Amino acid sequence: MLYREVGQFKTSYAADQAIFPILQDRWFVLLVIAAAFLVVPLFADQYLYTEVLIPVLILSLAAIGLNVLTGYCGQVSLGTGGFMAVGAYAAYNLALRLPDSNLIVVFLFGGAMATLVGLLFGLPSLRIKGFYLAVATLAAQFFLEWAFARVKWFTNYAPSGSVAVGRMELFGVAIDTPARRYLLVLSMVVLLAFAATNLVRGRIGRMWMAMRDMDIAAEIIGIRPLQAKLSAFAVSSFYIGVAGALWGFVRLGSWEPLAFDINRSFQVLFMVIIGGLGSILGSFLGAAFIVLTPIFLNQLPNALGISLSTAAISHIEFMLFGALIVFFLIVEPRGLARLWAIVKEKLRLWPFPY
Amino acid sequence: MLGPIIETLIGGLLTGILYSLVALGFVLIFKASGVFNFAQGAMVLFAALTLARLSEAMPFAVAFALSVLIMIALAYAIEFLVLRRLVHQEGIILFMATLGVTYFLEGAGQAVWGSDIYAIRLGLPQNPIFILDSVFPGGLLIDPAELVAAVICAAMVVALAVFFQVTRVGRALRAVADDHQAAQSVGIPLDRIWVMVWAVAGIVALVAGMIWGAKLGVQFSLSLVALKALPVLILGGFTSIPGAVVGGLIIGAGEKLAEVLLAPVLIRWFDLAGGGIENWFAYVLALAFLLVRPQGLFGEKIIERI
Repeated sequence: MLYREVGQFKTSYAADQAIFPILQDRWFVLLVIAAAFLVVPLFADQYLYTEVLIPVLILSLAAIGLNVLTGYCGQVSLGTGGFMAVGAYAAYNLALRLPDSNLIVVFLFGGAMATLVGLLFGLPSLRIKGFYLAVATLAAQFFLEWAFARVKWFTNYAPSGSVAVGRMELFGVAIDTPARRYLLVLSMVVLLAFAATNLVRGRIGRMWMAMRDMDIAAEIIGIRPLQAKLSAFAVSSFYIGVAGALWGFVRLGSWEPLAFDINRSFQVLFMVIIGGLGSILGSFLGAAFIVLTPIFLNQLPNALGISLSTAAISHIEFMLFGALIVFFLIVEPRGLARLWAIVKEKLRLWPFPY
Repeated sequence: MLGPIIETLIGGLLTGILYSLVALGFVLIFKASGVFNFAQGAMVLFAALTLARLSEAMPFAVAFALSVLIMIALAYAIEFLVLRRLVHQEGIILFMATLGVTYFLEGAGQAVWGSDIYAIRLGLPQNPIFILDSVFPGGLLIDPAELVAAVICAAMVVALAVFFQVTRVGRALRAVADDHQAAQSVGIPLDRIWVMVWAVAGIVALVAGMIWGAKLGVQFSLSLVALKALPVLILGGFTSIPGAVVGGLIIGAGEKLAEVLLAPVLIRWFDLAGGGIENWFAYVLALAFLLVRPQGLFGEKIIERI
């Protein structure tokens, strides 16, 4: 009864092209965003900010980036961690060498540098496909990880190899409390997520999807593979780079290359798959799932009153996490976003059976 | 100058054989079921842990036989619990499922068998031997344990080749690899073939884990060997057993030589904090190779149709 589009007429081109054509969707999204900006700061404590909200938001951004590449353009990448590292270290170096730069510019610079590196490592995709490409992107991951660990200039000759960011300030406001960090991340993620939603439903997004569904057929109807694939690599790397810069600056504060190792790549890939390939909403759901599950599993033995050694807990965590991944893939290979779509379908008919 | 280089080359080739052994497991499964099995490394770890802990309690031969049985049971469990439920899914979904299996096996192996460093004693000779000291000053230094490993690996490859070419089951496996549907239509049971191929891959993992474990000690890092086997795969082609062997040799020799010859140059040019280019060199080598031959060294020619 509540969720149906009956009676919502589109009387102008603008209405026809609206980003959320259904009124209820529009209100829902607005409500969620308003709640995230206004209601969450009323009750959230530091733990919720630093361990849950900020990681989920930043990794959602990375997942959106990977989703553009893997979900929309069909190019599997295992180099996400490496591109995040490029964003983080590029942002660090800009902030270090031009201390007066605006924080937003610093983050965007991280994204821009990641774009360039992404384009470079995207070039092989024109020649190789599928799992060969996935393994080839591992070259990016290992090379970049190595470069940031070994080339001293990137870490400003820090003897320990780890870098730390100083005080962050935006338009004269110091970003020092968890709540301010959260709001900064939230505003960037909301803006970039809207941009991505618009991008994937437009001409360029359709170009990517044609490439994903069948690249040769797409080429025959006049889509240039060079443009389609490289633009997907560029956009994807930009998002991942910004996410990496945010991860380094806002989440970690100080980090070493290990923070962006291959497990980070797998983590983001899990988010994309569990959330749903080819869905912006799915990136958020997947990120929330992958961040929250280990926290939950970690608390589980305590909650059940079983006392185990830390090592045993971490092993059982691994086992349950692996089993959950397999379980979710079997139950719904198209991800959490698909479950959401099913719920919406059901809601349209409710309370009638059909 | 030539002596040390040849020494490095031989050491690299012998390590490369061990890479091939891990890559073989990948190839077997990819050929027969089209699954990109990321869990191969975790299987190596799991098998080695099983063997190491069992051989503490019983004679080595019994422990080995029991480990083989456990790997076969594992293959059956994976087919029954995971693969059977994901038939007709896309490759990437199956790949993710094997990643889930990886996490599970890594956790389960250490939860069941413990997470310390364990030793596998094969009774291999430990002292390095010198050969050809008449040709080079000081002779060439060779680790006999690696030589034994090379022989075992070669025997393994020959055994697999015979198994694939001569036996009835091997023929069925090749038929499935060629064309799933056609094989099914002439009465080859796909699910049983998949169990079989995972079991064979499990045994290959056991042998690989045994040799790596004897060399490095059985510990968590053993599962990272899988990451070294991936460039071998793309270099040799996902579907070619000789490719896995030759690719392993090229990668093994290439990365050792690069560490000795290229790393000092890079350190001098770019002012690096140490070499360690082994980690990525194999990948870049394989990537450069792929740009010339996208299907790998021995891979089947990729034909695309609409």
